Amino acid sequence: MRRPLLPLLGRAWLALILVFLYAPILVMAAMSFNASPFYQLPFEFSTRWYADMAMNPQIIEASLRSVGIALATMVIATALGTAASIALFRYDFPGKRVLQVLLFPPIAIPWLITGTAMLIFFFAIGIGRGTPAVLIGHVALALPYVIVTVSARLSSFDVTLEEAARALGADAWTVLRRVTLPWIAPGIVAGALFAFAVSFDQFVVSYFLAEPGDSTLPVLIYTAIRKGFTPEINAISTIIITVSMGIMFLATRKSSFGGSR
Amino acid sequence: MAEITAPEDRRRLVTLLSPAYLWLTLAVFLPLSAMLFFSFLTDLPQDAPDWGFTLENYLSFGESEVYATLLWKSLKLGVTVTFFCILIGYPCALVLARTIKGRARETLFLLVILPFWSNSLVRIFSWAIVLRGNGVLERGLEAVLPWDIRLNLMFTTHAVVIGLVHSYLPYVILTSYLALQAIDDDIVDAARSMGASTLTILRRLLLPLSLPGLLAGAVLVFVPVVGSFMEPRILGGRHGTYYGTVIEDQFVAVYNWPLGAALSFVLLAVVLLILGLSTPILRRART
Repeated sequence: MRRPLLPLLGRAWLALILVFLYAPILVMAAMSFNASPFYQLPFEFSTRWYADMAMNPQIIEASLRSVGIALATMVIATALGTAASIALFRYDFPGKRVLQVLLFPPIAIPWLITGTAMLIFFFAIGIGRGTPAVLIGHVALALPYVIVTVSARLSSFDVTLEEAARALGADAWTVLRRVTLPWIAPGIVAGALFAFAVSFDQFVVSYFLAEPGDSTLPVLIYTAIRKGFTPEINAISTIIITVSMGIMFLATRKSSFGGSR
Repeated sequence: MAEITAPEDRRRLVTLLSPAYLWLTLAVFLPLSAMLFFSFLTDLPQDAPDWGFTLENYLSFGESEVYATLLWKSLKLGVTVTFFCILIGYPCALVLARTIKGRARETLFLLVILPFWSNSLVRIFSWAIVLRGNGVLERGLEAVLPWDIRLNLMFTTHAVVIGLVHSYLPYVILTSYLALQAIDDDIVDAARSMGASTLTILRRLLLPLSLPGLLAGAVLVFVPVVGSFMEPRILGGRHGTYYGTVIEDQFVAVYNWPLGAALSFVLLAVVLLILGLSTPILRRART
Protein backbone atom coordinates (compact mmCIF):
# COMPACT_ATOMS: atom_id res chain seq x y z
CA MET A 1 0.00 0.00 0.00
CA ARG A 2 2.81 2.44 0.86
CA ARG A 3 4.97 1.72 -2.11
CA PRO A 4 2.84 3.18 -4.91
CA LEU A 5 1.86 6.18 -2.80
CA LEU A 6 5.31 7.74 -2.60
CA PRO A 7 6.09 7.83 -6.34
CA LEU A 8 2.59 9.17 -6.90
CA LEU A 9 3.21 12.02 -4.46
CA GLY A 10 6.54 12.66 -6.18
CA ARG A 11 4.91 12.91 -9.56
CA ALA A 12 2.28 15.28 -8.20
CA TRP A 13 5.08 17.43 -6.76
CA LEU A 14 6.86 17.49 -10.10
CA ALA A 15 3.61 18.50 -11.81
CA LEU A 16 3.13 21.33 -9.31
CA ILE A 17 6.66 22.59 -10.01
CA LEU A 18 6.00 22.63 -13.72
CA VAL A 19 2.81 24.62 -13.11
CA PHE A 20 4.79 27.06 -10.93
CA LEU A 21 7.45 27.43 -13.64
CA TYR A 22 5.16 27.82 -16.63
CA ALA A 23 1.91 29.33 -15.32
CA PRO A 24 3.11 32.95 -15.11
CA ILE A 25 4.63 32.76 -18.57
CA LEU A 26 1.40 31.35 -19.99
CA VAL A 27 -0.65 33.99 -18.18
CA MET A 28 1.54 36.71 -19.66
CA ALA A 29 1.18 35.21 -23.12
CA ALA A 30 -2.61 34.93 -22.71
CA MET A 31 -2.86 38.53 -21.53
CA SER A 32 -1.04 39.71 -24.64
CA PHE A 33 -4.09 38.48 -26.56
CA ASN A 34 -6.59 40.09 -24.20
CA ALA A 35 -8.38 43.15 -25.55
CA SER A 36 -8.47 45.04 -22.25
CA PRO A 37 -5.57 47.45 -21.75
CA PHE A 38 -5.85 46.98 -17.98
CA TYR A 39 -5.60 43.19 -18.02
CA GLN A 40 -9.27 43.02 -17.16
CA LEU A 41 -11.20 39.77 -17.24
CA PRO A 42 -13.31 38.27 -18.79
CA PHE A 43 -10.90 37.47 -21.53
CA GLU A 44 -11.65 38.81 -24.95
CA PHE A 45 -9.40 37.74 -27.79
CA SER A 46 -7.62 40.42 -29.75
CA THR A 47 -4.38 40.83 -31.66
CA ARG A 48 -4.39 44.60 -31.33
CA TRP A 49 -1.38 44.69 -29.00
CA TYR A 50 0.71 42.86 -31.56
CA ALA A 51 -0.40 45.35 -34.19
CA ASP A 52 0.45 48.24 -31.84
CA MET A 53 3.79 46.71 -31.09
CA ALA A 54 4.61 46.34 -34.77
CA MET A 55 3.81 50.02 -35.26
CA ASN A 56 5.94 51.16 -32.34
CA PRO A 57 9.22 52.42 -33.84
CA GLN A 58 11.03 52.23 -30.48
CA ILE A 59 10.23 48.56 -30.05
CA ILE A 60 11.14 47.72 -33.64
CA GLU A 61 14.41 49.61 -33.42
CA ALA A 62 15.36 47.99 -30.11
CA SER A 63 14.45 44.55 -31.47
CA LEU A 64 16.65 44.99 -34.50
CA ARG A 65 19.49 46.26 -32.31
CA SER A 66 19.13 43.33 -29.92
CA VAL A 67 19.14 40.76 -32.72
CA GLY A 68 22.09 42.48 -34.41
CA ILE A 69 24.15 42.54 -31.21
CA ALA A 70 23.22 38.92 -30.48
CA LEU A 71 24.30 37.82 -33.97
CA ALA A 72 27.59 39.70 -33.73
CA THR A 73 28.18 38.29 -30.24
CA MET A 74 27.46 34.82 -31.54
CA VAL A 75 29.94 35.08 -34.42
CA ILE A 76 32.78 36.63 -32.40
CA ALA A 77 32.35 34.54 -29.25
CA THR A 78 32.03 31.29 -31.22
CA ALA A 79 35.17 31.99 -33.26
CA LEU A 80 37.33 33.08 -30.33
CA GLY A 81 35.87 30.48 -27.98
CA THR A 82 36.33 27.55 -30.36
CA ALA A 83 39.94 28.55 -31.02
CA ALA A 84 40.64 28.77 -27.28
CA SER A 85 38.93 25.41 -26.61
CA ILE A 86 41.07 23.68 -29.22
CA ALA A 87 44.24 25.18 -27.73
CA LEU A 88 43.20 24.19 -24.20
CA PHE A 89 42.41 20.69 -25.39
CA ARG A 90 45.43 20.05 -27.56
CA TYR A 91 48.30 21.50 -25.60
CA ASP A 92 49.70 21.09 -22.15
CA PHE A 93 51.44 24.14 -20.78
CA PRO A 94 52.20 25.81 -17.49
CA GLY A 95 49.31 27.99 -16.36
CA LYS A 96 46.65 26.02 -18.22
CA ARG A 97 44.71 25.34 -15.00
CA VAL A 98 44.70 29.06 -14.24
CA LEU A 99 43.32 29.89 -17.68
CA GLN A 100 40.52 27.37 -17.16
CA VAL A 101 39.67 28.77 -13.75
CA LEU A 102 39.62 32.30 -15.20
CA LEU A 103 36.55 31.32 -17.23
CA PHE A 104 34.43 31.28 -14.10
CA PRO A 105 34.47 34.91 -12.92
CA PRO A 106 32.38 36.14 -15.88
CA ILE A 107 29.79 33.45 -15.10
CA ALA A 108 29.92 33.42 -11.30
CA ILE A 109 30.27 37.09 -10.38
CA PRO A 110 26.88 38.82 -10.32
CA TRP A 111 26.30 40.80 -13.51
CA LEU A 112 25.58 43.89 -11.44
CA ILE A 113 29.24 43.95 -10.40
CA THR A 114 30.61 43.08 -13.84
CA GLY A 115 28.29 45.56 -15.53
CA THR A 116 29.13 48.51 -13.29
CA ALA A 117 32.84 47.68 -13.49
CA MET A 118 32.64 47.67 -17.30
CA LEU A 119 30.82 50.99 -17.27
CA ILE A 120 33.50 52.67 -15.17
CA PHE A 121 36.37 51.14 -17.12
CA PHE A 122 34.92 51.82 -20.58
CA PHE A 123 34.41 55.46 -19.63
CA ALA A 124 37.96 55.70 -18.31
CA ILE A 125 39.50 54.37 -21.52
CA GLY A 126 37.22 56.35 -23.83
CA ILE A 127 34.88 53.68 -25.19
CA GLY A 128 32.07 55.10 -23.10
CA ARG A 129 28.49 53.93 -23.42
CA GLY A 130 26.71 52.66 -26.49
CA THR A 131 26.35 49.71 -28.81
CA PRO A 132 30.11 48.95 -29.15
CA ALA A 133 30.43 48.83 -25.35
CA VAL A 134 27.40 46.52 -25.12
CA LEU A 135 28.90 44.22 -27.76
CA ILE A 136 32.27 44.05 -25.98
CA GLY A 137 30.49 43.16 -22.75
CA HIS A 138 28.22 40.54 -24.31
CA VAL A 139 31.07 38.73 -26.06
CA ALA A 140 32.98 38.54 -22.77
CA LEU A 141 29.94 37.04 -21.00
CA ALA A 142 29.29 34.57 -23.83
CA LEU A 143 32.91 33.38 -24.26
CA PRO A 144 33.02 31.10 -21.19
CA TYR A 145 29.78 29.39 -22.26
CA VAL A 146 31.20 28.70 -25.72
CA ILE A 147 34.51 27.42 -24.33
CA VAL A 148 32.79 25.15 -21.79
CA THR A 149 30.37 23.74 -24.38
CA VAL A 150 32.97 23.17 -27.10
CA SER A 151 35.45 21.72 -24.59
CA ALA A 152 32.79 19.27 -23.40
CA ARG A 153 32.40 18.03 -26.96
CA LEU A 154 36.18 17.95 -27.52
CA SER A 155 36.71 15.76 -24.47
CA SER A 156 35.08 12.91 -26.40
CA PHE A 157 37.37 13.47 -29.38
CA ASP A 158 39.87 10.74 -30.16
CA VAL A 159 43.27 12.35 -30.74
CA THR A 160 44.50 9.32 -32.62
CA LEU A 161 42.19 10.38 -35.47
CA GLU A 162 44.31 13.51 -35.90
CA GLU A 163 47.49 11.47 -35.69
CA ALA A 164 46.15 9.08 -38.31
CA ALA A 165 45.31 11.94 -40.64
CA ARG A 166 48.78 13.39 -40.09
CA ALA A 167 50.38 10.03 -40.80
CA LEU A 168 48.43 9.88 -44.05
CA GLY A 169 50.04 13.15 -45.07
CA ALA A 170 47.47 15.83 -44.17
CA ASP A 171 48.90 19.16 -43.04
CA ALA A 172 47.78 20.84 -39.80
CA TRP A 173 45.19 23.00 -41.52
CA THR A 174 43.62 20.10 -43.38
CA VAL A 175 43.50 18.03 -40.18
CA LEU A 176 41.68 20.86 -38.43
CA ARG A 177 39.25 21.43 -41.28
CA ARG A 178 38.53 17.84 -42.27
CA VAL A 179 38.90 15.92 -38.99
CA THR A 180 38.70 18.05 -35.86
CA LEU A 181 36.08 20.64 -36.81
CA PRO A 182 33.54 18.17 -38.24
CA TRP A 183 33.76 16.16 -35.03
CA ILE A 184 33.20 19.10 -32.71
CA ALA A 185 30.60 20.76 -34.97
CA PRO A 186 27.62 19.90 -32.72
CA GLY A 187 29.49 21.46 -29.78
CA ILE A 188 30.20 24.58 -31.83
CA VAL A 189 26.56 24.88 -32.88
CA ALA A 190 25.41 24.49 -29.27
CA GLY A 191 28.01 27.02 -28.12
CA ALA A 192 26.87 29.48 -30.79
CA LEU A 193 23.23 29.11 -29.71
CA PHE A 194 24.24 29.66 -26.08
CA ALA A 195 26.18 32.77 -27.09
CA PHE A 196 23.20 34.14 -29.01
CA ALA A 197 20.90 33.49 -26.05
CA VAL A 198 23.29 35.00 -23.49
CA SER A 199 23.38 38.20 -25.52
CA PHE A 200 19.73 38.28 -26.60
CA ASP A 201 18.48 37.76 -23.03
CA GLN A 202 21.12 39.88 -21.35
CA PHE A 203 19.62 42.71 -19.37
CA VAL A 204 21.92 43.76 -16.54
CA VAL A 205 25.12 44.45 -18.47
CA SER A 206 23.21 46.09 -21.36
CA TYR A 207 21.35 48.24 -18.88
CA PHE A 208 24.56 49.84 -17.64
CA LEU A 209 26.30 50.00 -21.02
CA ALA A 210 23.54 51.01 -23.44
CA GLU A 211 23.08 54.64 -24.37
CA PRO A 212 19.68 55.81 -23.08
CA GLY A 213 18.59 56.71 -26.63
CA ASP A 214 19.45 53.39 -28.24
CA SER A 215 18.71 50.63 -25.79
CA THR A 216 18.35 46.91 -26.38
CA LEU A 217 15.00 45.17 -26.07
CA PRO A 218 15.34 44.00 -22.43
CA VAL A 219 16.46 47.49 -21.36
CA LEU A 220 13.49 49.03 -23.18
CA ILE A 221 11.15 46.58 -21.45
CA TYR A 222 12.61 47.34 -18.02
CA THR A 223 12.17 51.07 -18.54
CA ALA A 224 8.62 50.52 -19.78
CA ILE A 225 7.72 48.29 -16.82
CA ARG A 226 8.90 50.92 -14.38
CA LYS A 227 6.81 53.57 -16.09
CA GLY A 228 3.70 51.39 -15.79
CA PHE A 229 3.36 48.59 -18.22
CA THR A 230 1.03 48.04 -21.14
CA PRO A 231 -0.10 44.92 -23.04
CA GLU A 232 2.24 45.99 -25.84
CA ILE A 233 5.06 44.99 -23.53
CA ASN A 234 3.29 41.65 -22.99
CA ALA A 235 3.22 41.12 -26.72
CA ILE A 236 6.93 41.74 -27.26
CA SER A 237 7.78 39.82 -24.07
CA THR A 238 5.80 36.84 -25.31
CA ILE A 239 7.74 36.91 -28.56
CA ILE A 240 11.06 37.19 -26.71
CA ILE A 241 10.40 34.28 -24.39
CA THR A 242 9.24 32.11 -27.29
CA VAL A 243 12.41 32.91 -29.23
CA SER A 244 14.72 32.42 -26.27
CA MET A 245 13.11 29.16 -25.18
CA GLY A 246 13.23 27.91 -28.76
CA ILE A 247 16.93 28.66 -29.03
CA MET A 248 17.72 27.05 -25.71
CA PHE A 249 15.67 24.01 -26.67
CA LEU A 250 17.85 23.59 -29.76
CA ALA A 251 21.04 24.24 -27.78
CA THR A 252 20.25 21.65 -25.11
CA ARG A 253 19.39 19.12 -27.80
CA LYS A 254 22.79 19.72 -29.41
CA SER A 255 24.84 19.63 -26.24
CA SER A 256 25.09 17.25 -23.32
CA PHE A 257 23.16 19.64 -21.06
CA GLY A 258 20.00 17.83 -22.05
CA GLY A 259 20.77 15.25 -19.40
CA SER A 260 20.99 12.24 -21.64
CA ARG A 261 21.62 8.78 -20.19
CA MET B 1 47.60 16.28 -25.58
CA ALA B 2 51.08 17.43 -26.40
CA GLU B 3 53.75 19.14 -24.37
CA ILE B 4 54.81 22.38 -25.95
CA THR B 5 58.23 21.83 -27.45
CA ALA B 6 58.54 23.30 -30.93
CA PRO B 7 58.46 27.10 -31.25
CA GLU B 8 55.88 26.57 -33.98
CA ASP B 9 53.57 24.90 -31.45
CA ARG B 10 54.09 27.77 -29.07
CA ARG B 11 53.13 30.26 -31.76
CA ARG B 12 50.03 28.27 -32.64
CA LEU B 13 49.02 28.08 -29.00
CA VAL B 14 49.34 31.84 -28.55
CA THR B 15 47.41 32.53 -31.76
CA LEU B 16 44.55 30.29 -30.68
CA LEU B 17 44.34 31.41 -27.07
CA SER B 18 45.17 35.09 -26.99
CA PRO B 19 42.11 36.56 -28.77
CA ALA B 20 39.68 35.04 -26.27
CA TYR B 21 41.74 35.84 -23.21
CA LEU B 22 42.67 39.35 -24.35
CA TRP B 23 38.96 39.99 -24.81
CA LEU B 24 38.17 38.69 -21.33
CA THR B 25 40.99 40.81 -19.92
CA LEU B 26 39.73 43.97 -21.58
CA ALA B 27 36.08 43.40 -20.73
CA VAL B 28 36.17 41.67 -17.35
CA PHE B 29 39.49 41.50 -15.55
CA LEU B 30 40.71 45.05 -16.19
CA PRO B 31 37.29 46.56 -15.34
CA LEU B 32 37.14 44.64 -12.06
CA SER B 33 40.62 45.90 -11.16
CA ALA B 34 39.77 49.41 -12.29
CA MET B 35 36.74 49.36 -10.02
CA LEU B 36 38.97 48.87 -7.02
CA PHE B 37 41.05 51.86 -8.10
CA PHE B 38 38.01 54.07 -8.67
CA SER B 39 36.52 53.16 -5.34
CA PHE B 40 39.36 55.12 -3.68
CA LEU B 41 38.78 58.30 -5.69
CA THR B 42 36.96 61.46 -4.66
CA ASP B 43 35.74 62.08 -8.18
CA LEU B 44 35.98 60.64 -11.65
CA PRO B 45 39.10 61.88 -13.45
CA GLN B 46 37.06 62.55 -16.61
CA ASP B 47 34.59 64.74 -14.67
CA ALA B 48 36.77 66.64 -12.24
CA PRO B 49 40.38 67.62 -12.89
CA ASP B 50 41.00 68.01 -9.16
CA TRP B 51 40.29 64.40 -8.26
CA GLY B 52 42.19 62.78 -5.46
CA PHE B 53 42.41 59.69 -3.34
CA THR B 54 40.17 59.09 -0.39
CA LEU B 55 38.97 56.37 1.91
CA GLU B 56 35.65 58.12 2.32
CA ASN B 57 33.69 55.79 0.05
CA TYR B 58 34.55 52.88 2.29
CA LEU B 59 34.27 54.89 5.50
CA SER B 60 30.70 55.83 4.60
CA PHE B 61 30.00 52.16 4.93
CA GLY B 62 30.83 52.36 8.61
CA GLU B 63 29.49 55.86 9.24
CA SER B 64 25.98 55.40 8.03
CA GLU B 65 24.27 52.16 8.88
CA VAL B 66 22.25 52.25 5.69
CA TYR B 67 24.66 50.28 3.52
CA ALA B 68 25.52 47.66 6.11
CA THR B 69 21.82 47.21 6.90
CA LEU B 70 20.96 46.80 3.23
CA LEU B 71 23.81 44.36 2.65
CA TRP B 72 22.50 42.34 5.58
CA LYS B 73 18.99 42.53 4.12
CA SER B 74 20.29 41.26 0.77
CA LEU B 75 22.19 38.42 2.45
CA LYS B 76 19.02 37.44 4.32
CA LEU B 77 17.10 37.53 1.05
CA GLY B 78 19.76 35.24 -0.41
CA VAL B 79 19.34 32.78 2.47
CA THR B 80 15.53 32.81 2.19
CA VAL B 81 15.49 32.28 -1.55
CA THR B 82 18.16 29.56 -1.35
CA PHE B 83 16.19 27.82 1.41
CA PHE B 84 12.99 27.70 -0.63
CA CYS B 85 14.84 26.66 -3.78
CA ILE B 86 16.28 23.66 -1.91
CA LEU B 87 13.00 22.84 -0.15
CA ILE B 88 11.08 22.83 -3.42
CA GLY B 89 13.80 21.78 -5.83
CA TYR B 90 15.55 18.89 -4.12
CA PRO B 91 12.45 16.64 -3.90
CA CYS B 92 11.79 17.47 -7.52
CA ALA B 93 15.32 16.41 -8.52
CA LEU B 94 14.86 13.27 -6.42
CA VAL B 95 11.69 12.32 -8.27
CA LEU B 96 13.26 13.06 -11.64
CA ALA B 97 16.47 11.18 -11.01
CA ARG B 98 15.23 8.19 -9.03
CA THR B 99 11.64 7.35 -9.94
CA ILE B 100 11.15 8.46 -13.54
CA LYS B 101 12.95 6.60 -16.27
CA GLY B 102 13.78 6.80 -19.94
CA ARG B 103 12.45 9.34 -22.41
CA ALA B 104 9.90 10.78 -20.01
CA ARG B 105 12.73 11.72 -17.66
CA GLU B 106 14.71 13.41 -20.41
CA THR B 107 11.72 15.42 -21.56
CA LEU B 108 10.67 16.44 -18.04
CA PHE B 109 14.22 17.45 -17.16
CA LEU B 110 14.40 19.64 -20.24
CA LEU B 111 11.02 21.19 -19.37
CA VAL B 112 12.27 22.03 -15.88
CA ILE B 113 15.50 23.71 -16.95
CA LEU B 114 14.19 25.38 -20.10
CA PRO B 115 12.69 28.44 -18.35
CA PHE B 116 15.97 28.94 -16.55
CA TRP B 117 17.75 29.50 -19.82
CA SER B 118 15.14 31.93 -21.05
CA ASN B 119 14.81 35.64 -20.46
CA SER B 120 14.83 36.36 -16.71
CA LEU B 121 13.50 39.91 -17.02
CA VAL B 122 10.46 38.72 -18.95
CA ARG B 123 9.82 36.00 -16.39
CA ILE B 124 9.87 38.54 -13.56
CA PHE B 125 7.54 40.74 -15.59
CA SER B 126 5.15 37.81 -15.97
CA TRP B 127 4.94 37.57 -12.17
CA ALA B 128 4.08 41.24 -12.01
CA ILE B 129 1.05 40.50 -14.18
CA VAL B 130 0.05 37.45 -12.12
CA LEU B 131 0.47 39.08 -8.72
CA ARG B 132 -0.85 42.59 -9.31
CA GLY B 133 -3.87 43.64 -7.25
CA ASN B 134 -7.09 42.31 -8.72
CA GLY B 135 -4.87 40.41 -11.12
CA VAL B 136 -5.05 36.91 -12.47
CA LEU B 137 -4.10 35.14 -9.25
CA GLU B 138 -6.65 36.93 -7.08
CA ARG B 139 -9.42 36.56 -9.64
CA GLY B 140 -8.53 32.93 -10.12
CA LEU B 141 -8.69 32.20 -6.39
CA GLU B 142 -11.94 34.12 -6.11
CA ALA B 143 -13.46 31.91 -8.75
CA VAL B 144 -12.55 28.80 -6.77
CA LEU B 145 -13.02 29.97 -3.19
CA PRO B 146 -16.32 31.23 -1.85
CA TRP B 147 -14.97 34.28 -0.01
CA ASP B 148 -13.28 37.49 -1.12
CA ILE B 149 -9.56 37.32 -1.53
CA ARG B 150 -7.18 40.20 -1.02
CA LEU B 151 -3.72 38.77 -1.26
CA ASN B 152 -1.97 42.08 -1.86
CA LEU B 153 1.16 40.20 -2.82
CA MET B 154 2.46 42.67 -5.37
CA PHE B 155 5.06 45.12 -4.05
CA THR B 156 5.88 43.03 -1.01
CA THR B 157 8.93 41.06 0.06
CA HIS B 158 6.89 37.91 -0.62
CA ALA B 159 6.58 38.90 -4.26
CA VAL B 160 10.34 39.42 -4.51
CA VAL B 161 10.99 36.00 -2.96
CA ILE B 162 8.48 34.29 -5.26
CA GLY B 163 10.01 35.90 -8.33
CA LEU B 164 13.57 35.03 -7.33
CA VAL B 165 12.70 31.43 -6.40
CA HIS B 166 11.05 31.12 -9.81
CA SER B 167 14.19 32.51 -11.45
CA TYR B 168 16.74 30.32 -9.70
CA LEU B 169 14.87 27.12 -8.78
CA PRO B 170 16.07 25.28 -11.90
CA TYR B 171 19.71 25.75 -10.76
CA VAL B 172 19.17 23.64 -7.63
CA ILE B 173 17.19 21.06 -9.57
CA LEU B 174 19.89 20.88 -12.25
CA THR B 175 22.87 20.36 -9.92
CA SER B 176 20.99 18.03 -7.53
CA TYR B 177 19.67 15.99 -10.43
CA LEU B 178 23.13 15.54 -11.94
CA ALA B 179 24.49 14.38 -8.57
CA LEU B 180 21.53 12.08 -7.89
CA GLN B 181 21.47 10.37 -11.26
CA ALA B 182 25.18 9.59 -10.93
CA ILE B 183 24.46 7.38 -7.89
CA ASP B 184 24.73 3.72 -8.80
CA ASP B 185 21.37 1.90 -8.73
CA ASP B 186 23.10 -1.19 -7.34
CA ILE B 187 23.98 0.59 -4.09
CA VAL B 188 20.35 1.54 -3.55
CA ASP B 189 19.17 -1.96 -4.41
CA ALA B 190 21.71 -3.45 -2.03
CA ALA B 191 20.52 -1.20 0.79
CA ARG B 192 16.91 -2.09 0.07
CA SER B 193 17.60 -5.84 -0.03
CA MET B 194 19.20 -5.54 3.40
CA GLY B 195 15.98 -4.10 4.72
CA ALA B 196 16.57 -0.35 4.64
CA SER B 197 13.40 1.70 4.48
CA THR B 198 12.88 4.40 1.85
CA LEU B 199 13.53 7.04 4.47
CA THR B 200 16.76 5.42 5.58
CA ILE B 201 17.95 5.13 2.00
CA LEU B 202 17.23 8.80 1.49
CA ARG B 203 18.84 9.93 4.74
CA ARG B 204 21.89 7.66 4.84
CA LEU B 205 22.57 7.14 1.14
CA LEU B 206 21.04 9.53 -1.38
CA LEU B 207 21.31 12.72 0.63
CA PRO B 208 24.99 12.37 1.63
CA LEU B 209 26.02 11.24 -1.85
CA SER B 210 24.23 14.11 -3.59
CA LEU B 211 25.16 16.74 -1.02
CA PRO B 212 27.98 18.28 -3.13
CA GLY B 213 25.56 18.82 -6.00
CA LEU B 214 22.92 20.25 -3.70
CA LEU B 215 25.41 22.66 -2.10
CA ALA B 216 26.78 23.69 -5.49
CA GLY B 217 23.24 24.59 -6.51
CA ALA B 218 22.78 26.53 -3.27
CA VAL B 219 25.89 28.63 -3.95
CA LEU B 220 24.81 29.25 -7.53
CA VAL B 221 21.47 30.56 -6.26
CA PHE B 222 22.75 32.52 -3.29
CA VAL B 223 25.42 34.54 -5.12
CA PRO B 224 23.27 36.13 -7.84
CA VAL B 225 20.37 36.72 -5.44
CA VAL B 226 22.58 38.81 -3.15
CA GLY B 227 23.47 40.93 -6.17
CA SER B 228 19.94 41.17 -7.58
CA PHE B 229 18.35 44.54 -8.25
CA MET B 230 15.94 44.16 -11.17
CA GLU B 231 13.70 41.63 -9.39
CA PRO B 232 13.22 43.70 -6.19
CA ARG B 233 12.68 46.83 -8.29
CA ILE B 234 9.88 45.33 -10.34
CA LEU B 235 8.19 43.15 -7.71
CA GLY B 236 9.14 44.86 -4.46
CA GLY B 237 8.00 48.43 -5.04
CA ARG B 238 8.42 50.40 -1.83
CA HIS B 239 9.84 47.32 -0.08
CA GLY B 240 12.22 46.66 -2.92
CA THR B 241 15.25 48.56 -1.66
CA TYR B 242 18.18 46.19 -1.39
CA TYR B 243 21.93 46.42 -1.59
CA GLY B 244 21.80 45.84 -5.34
CA THR B 245 19.27 48.60 -5.97
CA VAL B 246 21.43 51.07 -4.05
CA ILE B 247 24.38 50.24 -6.29
CA GLU B 248 22.12 50.64 -9.33
CA ASP B 249 21.09 54.08 -8.03
CA GLN B 250 24.69 55.25 -7.74
CA PHE B 251 25.22 54.54 -11.42
CA VAL B 252 21.93 55.52 -13.05
CA ALA B 253 20.31 58.06 -10.72
CA VAL B 254 22.70 59.65 -8.19
CA TYR B 255 25.81 59.47 -10.39
CA ASN B 256 28.18 58.92 -7.51
CA TRP B 257 30.32 56.42 -9.35
CA PRO B 258 33.18 56.20 -6.84
CA LEU B 259 30.71 55.34 -4.06
CA GLY B 260 28.99 52.89 -6.41
CA ALA B 261 32.38 51.32 -7.17
CA ALA B 262 33.13 50.97 -3.45
CA LEU B 263 29.71 49.39 -2.78
CA SER B 264 30.17 47.07 -5.76
CA PHE B 265 33.61 46.10 -4.56
CA VAL B 266 32.37 45.26 -1.08
CA LEU B 267 29.76 43.02 -2.71
CA LEU B 268 32.48 41.47 -4.89
CA ALA B 269 34.55 40.75 -1.78
CA VAL B 270 31.56 39.03 -0.14
CA VAL B 271 30.87 37.03 -3.30
CA LEU B 272 34.51 35.98 -3.69
CA LEU B 273 34.61 34.97 -0.04
CA ILE B 274 31.55 32.75 -0.50
CA LEU B 275 32.88 31.28 -3.76
CA GLY B 276 36.28 30.74 -2.17
CA LEU B 277 34.82 28.95 0.83
CA SER B 278 32.70 26.75 -1.40
CA THR B 279 35.40 25.92 -3.96
CA PRO B 280 36.14 22.51 -2.41
CA ILE B 281 32.42 21.70 -2.57
CA LEU B 282 32.04 22.95 -6.13
CA ARG B 283 35.08 20.96 -7.20
CA ARG B 284 33.69 17.80 -5.66
CA ALA B 285 30.34 18.44 -7.31
CA ARG B 286 31.91 18.53 -10.75
CA THR B 287 33.63 15.17 -10.46
